[in-house]
Amino acid sequence: MNEIVTPKSLGLSREDLPNSYIGRSVPRPNARKLVEGRATYTDDVTLPRLVHAAFLRSPHAHARIVSIDTAAALAVPGVVRVFTGADLAKVCDPWVAVLAHLKGMKSAPQYPLPLERATWQGEAVVAVVAETRAAAEDGVAALAVAFDALPAQVDMETALAPGAVVIHPELGDNLVFTRTAETGNVEAAIAGAHKVVEATFHTGRHTGVTLEPRSIIADYNRADGTLTVHHSTQAPHMMQNVFATQLRMAEGDVRVICKDVGGSYGIKVHVYPDEMAVACMSKIMGRPVKFIADRFEAFGSDIHARDHRIKGRLAVDAEGRFLAFDIDDLTGIGPYSVYPRTSAVEGNQVVNLCGGPYAFDNYRCTTTVVLQNKAPTSQYRAVGHPIATTVTEGLVDLAAEALGIDPVAIRRKNLIRDDAYPCTSPAGMKFEGLSHHASLDKLLEMVPVEKIRADQAEQRKRGVYRGLGFASFIELTNPSPFMYGIGGAKISAQDGCTVRMDPDGSLVALSGVTEQGQGTEAILAQIVAHGVGVPVSKVKVVTGDTQTTPYGGGTWACRGAGIGGEAALQSAIALKEQILEVAGAMLQAQAASLDIVMGEVVDKATGQVRMPLAELGRIVYYRGDTLPKDLARELVQTRHFITKEYPFAFTNGIQASWLEVDVETGMVKLLEHWCVEDCGRVINPMLVDEQVRGGIVQGIGGALYEHCIYNEDGQLLTTTLADYLVPMAAEMPDMHVGHVETPTKESLLGAKGAGEAGTAGAPAAIMNAINDALSPLGARVLAQPFTPDRILRALGTIA
Amino acid sequence: MKWPAMGYARVESLDELWQVLDAAGPEAQILAGGQSLLATLSFRLSEPSGLIDITRIAALRGVSVAGATLRIGSLTRHAELGRDPLVAAHAPILAEAAPLIAHPAIRNRGTIGGSLALADPAAELPACVVALDATIVVASRGGERRVPAADFFQGLFTTDLQPGEIITAVEVPVATPASRQTIVEVTRRSGDYAMAGLAAVLAMRADGTVDAARLVFFGVGSGAEIATGASAALIGAPLTRATIAAAQGALADDLDPPGDLHGGPELKRHLARVITARALDTFLASAEQAA
Repeated sequence: MNEIVTPKSLGLSREDLPNSYIGRSVPRPNARKLVEGRATYTDDVTLPRLVHAAFLRSPHAHARIVSIDTAAALAVPGVVRVFTGADLAKVCDPWVAVLAHLKGMKSAPQYPLPLERATWQGEAVVAVVAETRAAAEDGVAALAVAFDALPAQVDMETALAPGAVVIHPELGDNLVFTRTAETGNVEAAIAGAHKVVEATFHTGRHTGVTLEPRSIIADYNRADGTLTVHHSTQAPHMMQNVFATQLRMAEGDVRVICKDVGGSYGIKVHVYPDEMAVACMSKIMGRPVKFIADRFEAFGSDIHARDHRIKGRLAVDAEGRFLAFDIDDLTGIGPYSVYPRTSAVEGNQVVNLCGGPYAFDNYRCTTTVVLQNKAPTSQYRAVGHPIATTVTEGLVDLAAEALGIDPVAIRRKNLIRDDAYPCTSPAGMKFEGLSHHASLDKLLEMVPVEKIRADQAEQRKRGVYRGLGFASFIELTNPSPFMYGIGGAKISAQDGCTVRMDPDGSLVALSGVTEQGQGTEAILAQIVAHGVGVPVSKVKVVTGDTQTTPYGGGTWACRGAGIGGEAALQSAIALKEQILEVAGAMLQAQAASLDIVMGEVVDKATGQVRMPLAELGRIVYYRGDTLPKDLARELVQTRHFITKEYPFAFTNGIQASWLEVDVETGMVKLLEHWCVEDCGRVINPMLVDEQVRGGIVQGIGGALYEHCIYNEDGQLLTTTLADYLVPMAAEMPDMHVGHVETPTKESLLGAKGAGEAGTAGAPAAIMNAINDALSPLGARVLAQPFTPDRILRALGTIA
Repeated sequence: MKWPAMGYARVESLDELWQVLDAAGPEAQILAGGQSLLATLSFRLSEPSGLIDITRIAALRGVSVAGATLRIGSLTRHAELGRDPLVAAHAPILAEAAPLIAHPAIRNRGTIGGSLALADPAAELPACVVALDATIVVASRGGERRVPAADFFQGLFTTDLQPGEIITAVEVPVATPASRQTIVEVTRRSGDYAMAGLAAVLAMRADGTVDAARLVFFGVGSGAEIATGASAALIGAPLTRATIAAAQGALADDLDPPGDLHGGPELKRHLARVITARALDTFLASAEQAA
């Protein structure tokens, strides 16, 4: 625990006071409205003169747009207007998604709608605006667009080969970015190693299926020259800047409002050309335009992720100590790097994170990021982590097997010692404080390993193949400007919170971080209630409005609690001090002798109630004449927070999966799953546990079910929820979550991120468990998702 | 996507249905549970001129037994099939199949008549009624006719149903003490369409001898596929692991599965062999008990 977080330093009387909310599972104030259907999603917003957009999307992976005949579409009843790429380019500048600190990165200019060529199947090509979405779709059906299909570059393995289709000829080739990190002498370490294990892993291209699809209403008002955008997004201020910049407007003339969001997982933190088209069309028409992606178009136009092939080698000495990791990562990202975070970050994360939990000296990792004619990929929950964890933990298990060492023992031998911090990893990541060994110990308290191994041996005699798999991981959270800002992207790493007290003693907190259903507003309310000293029910939280909330980055990379939460805590503490100043003047007492408990000013020493906050509010707001003339009585405080010491607040953890493989059908049945993680200070244990469970479920999705399958022509075959398999409740195992708390010292709150830990480690734990189950049969699977077909092939059952 | 604009009519009786069908013309579509039809409308895969809702026609409802025949009204929902005591007693495979069909919300709306009329190659109920040697009762303005289930299904989403006809009921020979029925399928997730499925209906003597066998696969071809060779391999001898193995072997000639997103034909052939053993193994114990 941080020394600084004591009741005294927090300005609290006693940690066990009723309004001590940090570390308590307080029910979420917004849960009821969500389950009662009273939330306000973007599609619930209707505006006068609203029109609806639908898009004709490219049926080809790569095609020249020969002609667009809009006459029949314009004749469809209800259709108002049809827009082509050329129409929108008149009001919108193209964007190029590169970051300056990713040396040598290149990508092509992207427009809301393409001007000459469609470069993936599902890319929006023509927009129809109509009185209803149905009429807009009728209009789309009536469009006559002639395409000249071109050869498509689908396979990332051949993207750089001679004869590859160069998707953007002006770039010269399909290479977007490559980077090699090298520390020590990998070749020498491998040459001198006792054993070197080697494998090639694949992570499957998949996507984050949000319950609420991408949604936007853009409303340009010619009367005052403002653009108001109702948007289902994670980053309202970032989008404000993007809309203003691309549409050549002043940033102050753009307002982004983001009420309830039905899940995001990173999908809604990107600039989508069809959403930019909506803003353009509103600006041209001077009318509000709505676009709600349906599931079918979401599969082909939401960002995909995790399409990687990773070759890895791990060198070990005779005692099982790790000598060197040597990794070669290749990823295909579609035809454009996605603005503004780019599509090189996932590969870059693989370079940053491989081998991350372990102490070793020699490291080499290369990522190669290439273009292809598939849907663009970009950041999705736990960016790069499940890939790095899969290759690292897969190699660790291979080394354990090669040496005849238990998987737990080899991890214990190599995990960075808990007293070794601060330290820097061979990949260059700075670790402030991690708890790999404490987490492993805690996991082993939870997982009955001996009982499981006995059951495993017994079951094998009966022809039942069960496996236990482990995966240690690190997770990057609370990013500083070193993630995006340093590369020139206008993405804020700092965040702010304003807390004010109203006359009735209730509080309003306005925060730059956002809520997507995960409970951000709940923890902000807890932190503010804790910091000021009021019941949590007295705090209302406002997020998602660029015109009213302090400037901030929004919610991504697990920064909501660690950055937004600290800003809320500091502003709450500042407000408390201000309230006590006023109370001291009223009560003729030293402010330092007073405290606030459950919404009442009390004498700190005796606990005696001196004045309810409502009475203080009444006097300040209605009878200010009775207060000393020079008394500062602004019951509102704003604080902003940014991390300063470390580029990222790393967290760590370890997962275990216990499962059964039906070796006749190739089906995997998940029996039980465990995760111990260290997100620093836990604010709301229930929310953290559910974040971890939800993350595990998405990790399970990638490991077993979810796959964006393309045919060789670049046609996406998985465009419905019958074909794209999301993990569902019936197949999920019981998930046990444990915590070790190593608060970051960068903040008073000490919170690090918790949202991606589950996703980071689950696929590797499952892979290792499957391979443990299959080990008596000499089979091994390394390509996700681990489908029945792949397992039966590994077993040699089918060829 | 949004539905195309279309008409809608709800009829209360068969007589009214015939009138509305005449008025609406051939482009109109019958709407029962709507669990497949409405999805195709949402994808604009079909654009009927109108929907004729038959769910209020009382004559299409109900489950009854007359003599040796179980009659299941075509509007019987999957959920009803799963909990009806007459179905459980006289056609237990249908009760066993019901929970395998999609998810509760779909089972609460989808009907047996709708499932049979659609003839989805991966659907459970067409395979079950073929395995049961059921009779499909169809009606039109001109009257009623009865079609053996095996003749009713004619291929991928294709049936013997003629324009102006609807399914009114399914007639199933009631199970006897000799009947052995089971359904086994392999799905990626509960409720998914089967990668491979088998509806098996056998008649077995007390000594275990198989007198009749109908092994009907789904999800491995263009429809409910009767495995004639495998079925024949079981008949005339007591059910043993050897006869089961013979049936598995015969599947090589019985089935010619296409590949799908889950894998190629070889995967489906393999799974068909696995579920054949799993289905028939459930009858082995009773055969041994009888012996």
